[in-house]
Parts: sequence; structure tokens; C-alpha cells
Amino acid sequence: MAAPLTREQVLAWLDVVKDPEIPVLSVVELGVVRDVIIGDESVIVEITPTYSGCPAMHVMEDEIRAALGAHGIIAQVRLVFREPWTTAWMSDASREKLRAYGIAPPEPEAIAAPGLVALRRQHTVACPHCGSPRTVLKSEFGSTACKSIHVCSDCRQPFDHFKAI
Amino acid sequence: MTVEPTRVTGAPTDVAGTVPRGPTSGTAQHPLFEYCCRIGDDRLVLGHRLSQWCGHAPILEEDIALANFALDFIGQASAFLGLAGEAEGAGRDADALAFLRDEFHFRNAQLVELPIGDFAFTIVRQYLFDAFDVLFMARLASSRHPVMAGIAAKALKEATYHVRHSAAWVVRLGDGTDESRQRMQDAVDRLWAFAGELFEGDAVDATMMEQGIGVDLPALRAPWELAVRETMAQATLVVPADPRVVTGGRRGRHSEFLGHMLAEMQILPRSHPGASW
Repeated sequence: MAAPLTREQVLAWLDVVKDPEIPVLSVVELGVVRDVIIGDESVIVEITPTYSGCPAMHVMEDEIRAALGAHGIIAQVRLVFREPWTTAWMSDASREKLRAYGIAPPEPEAIAAPGLVALRRQHTVACPHCGSPRTVLKSEFGSTACKSIHVCSDCRQPFDHFKAI
Repeated sequence: MTVEPTRVTGAPTDVAGTVPRGPTSGTAQHPLFEYCCRIGDDRLVLGHRLSQWCGHAPILEEDIALANFALDFIGQASAFLGLAGEAEGAGRDADALAFLRDEFHFRNAQLVELPIGDFAFTIVRQYLFDAFDVLFMARLASSRHPVMAGIAAKALKEATYHVRHSAAWVVRLGDGTDESRQRMQDAVDRLWAFAGELFEGDAVDATMMEQGIGVDLPALRAPWELAVRETMAQATLVVPADPRVVTGGRRGRHSEFLGHMLAEMQILPRSHPGASW
């Protein structure tokens, strides 16, 4: 008889499900997977949206079901909102993976306080290619809702920044 | 002073007090359903309007920004309409509520349904709504309804960067060229009366507040005006003295523009029921 299924085992299997827009981070590393509930008949995976309208959520949902299906598990995916997702949940190792991939990682200290705030932000984003702090914000909105576009004044490379929220 | 309902193009105005078209059941019977529809519909309609800029905005970065705003609002709409469907308990999900309701069942404020106009009009509307949105979501985030509080906490993060972006444009264009300033001022003059509807409270709001779920809307007006007037001053724009408030959207009475927008938005799921791709 097989050993009983554990939460840790399910989380390990979910590590193959990557963010379709950022294929170096898994849904577990991103903090999108909030909990795994193992029932007698099924497994419930609770996920939380990074951004309310993130189109990648639907892809992640399908892929979570498929990844667990490959291990013979019928999984239900449930969307939960009980704590808003934040880039502060990303580990140092995950940030390093982003940087190595060419995306400037979100800095935990740069998260803006919610509400009516000052017009201009003052934190610098270091270039993921050469490390220079001399970078210019080109657009607050990049290829996806979670990224902004910057250009490095030293190595002249444009790059994405994973916004701190 | 209130005017109800409105035709913004100068077409004949309905007489206040006429019987609204279509069924209005559910207003008092299902306050939670009604409340979630109001919040969801504001976001769905505004999100759709913003998406109409896709491919048309004056610069590529703004095209992307407005499309991202649209996604945020439509995502929030989906969450609130999903809750509405659960509260109603009649088997309607967020898609059914978005695509299979008629104009007179929509509960959005008229501010969000007006056509996009020029870029100045879109930006002024966006700023007026965003400045409301941060205040509203901050309070809804402490709702006793745990799911609604969670969605609001998420939406508040988004509203925060929305208002930073739209306020920056208001200042840049208001305090810009003669033409940009004039267009911005025209938009402020036209939209001011529509913003008032966001702060109207009625029996549904009162019920939701009694239950610790909803937000005291009239109480948001003063902090909103304080913030908006400060931004308008920075932008060298003049806030109109006109105290009129356009009203009716929360009761399903809309301008002539919503029906056209819904026709376009709903045609695919209505023509091909159950289609998926």
C-alpha cells in the first residue's frame, strides 16, 4: 500500500508549475499557492491572485490540475483572497533567480503604503545585467501587469523590473 | 440638488419619478447581492471602457498602462460579481452576471459608462474614480465579510498605483500646453456632476453598514474632495462650483451609452451561448 499523501509531497510536485510569464519561478516560489488541503477523495489547492486581473492565473490553474493529474490526483483549485499577495513573500533565492534571468527583482523595502500617496517614487532599481544603480524608469507598465520597464544608463540595456507591491 | 436620470448629449431627459424599465426585484430583498453588483459593475464597465484604448492610446506606454488598468478592474469585477452570484444563490456566476444581464439590471454609477472621449476625458474620469477607489477599498478592506475584505485589500494595492498614475497625468496635462489644459478643464467641467453619484448612500448601503459589511459612502466625499482639489490646484485646473449630481445608475437608470457598450461587450456570449475557447 502506498504511503499516505502529504502536503509536502503535493508542494514538491507543484514545483514544476512555473509562472507562464516568468518561467524561472514556480507557483510555490511566487507564493501563489497558499495552501494544500488533502481530503479523503480529493486534494484542494488554494491559490491567490498576484494581480486581480492577471491572465496567467487561469493558465496556472490548469497547469496545477494537470501537474497533480500526472500523479493520479484529482485536484480542485480554489481562489482565495484572505491576505493580499505581496512580493515580500518572495525568498532571497527567488529574487536571485529573477535577477539571473534578467528581471530586476522587487525590493521588499520599496512596497508603497496603500492609499493616496505622493506622485513620484524615489527608490532606485539596480540593473540586473551590470548591477548599476543608474537606471531610468521608462514605463510603469511593462509586458505584464507585474513588471515595469527600465533602461540602464551604464550598460544601455533595457530591462524588466518585477514591481514591489 | 439632484437631477435624475440623465442624458448627457442633450437628448430629451426622462422625467424624474417615472417607473424604471425592467424588473427591479432584489433591491431590498438581496442587499448583499445588490451591493456586490454595484461594486462589480463599476469595475466591469470602467474596465471595458479602458480596454477600448487598446491600440489607440497616444503613446505605447499609455496603451499598455490603460490595458493593465482594464485587466485589474475586470479581475476585480469578476471577484465581486462572483460573490454577488453566491449571495443571490440562483446559479448565476460572474460571467452570467456580466454577459447576460440587460442595461437596466446594471448597477454601475453613470460616471464609468460615458464613452472614452479624448485622452483628457479618460484621464480625468480615471483620476476622479481612482481617488474614490483608494478611500473606498481602504474601508471595505475592514469589512466584516471576510471574502469581500480580502478582495478589497487586494484591490487597494492596485488602486494605489492607479491613482498615482492618473494623478500624474492630471498634473502633467492640466499644467501643460494651452490645448491640453483646455481639454482637461472641459473634462473636469463635464465630469464633476457625475462623480457625485459615487458618494450617494441609500437603503442598501444602510443595510450593509448595519451588518458591518459596507462602507459609509457620503463620509468619503470630504476626504475625496480634499485630495482632488489639491491635485486640481497643482494641475492649475478649476473645480466647478456647480453642485448638481447626476444620479440613477445604482437603480438601473443609465445614460444612453451603456446599452451600446453592453451590446458590443455581450454579443459573443449571447450569440454563442456556452461557447468556450
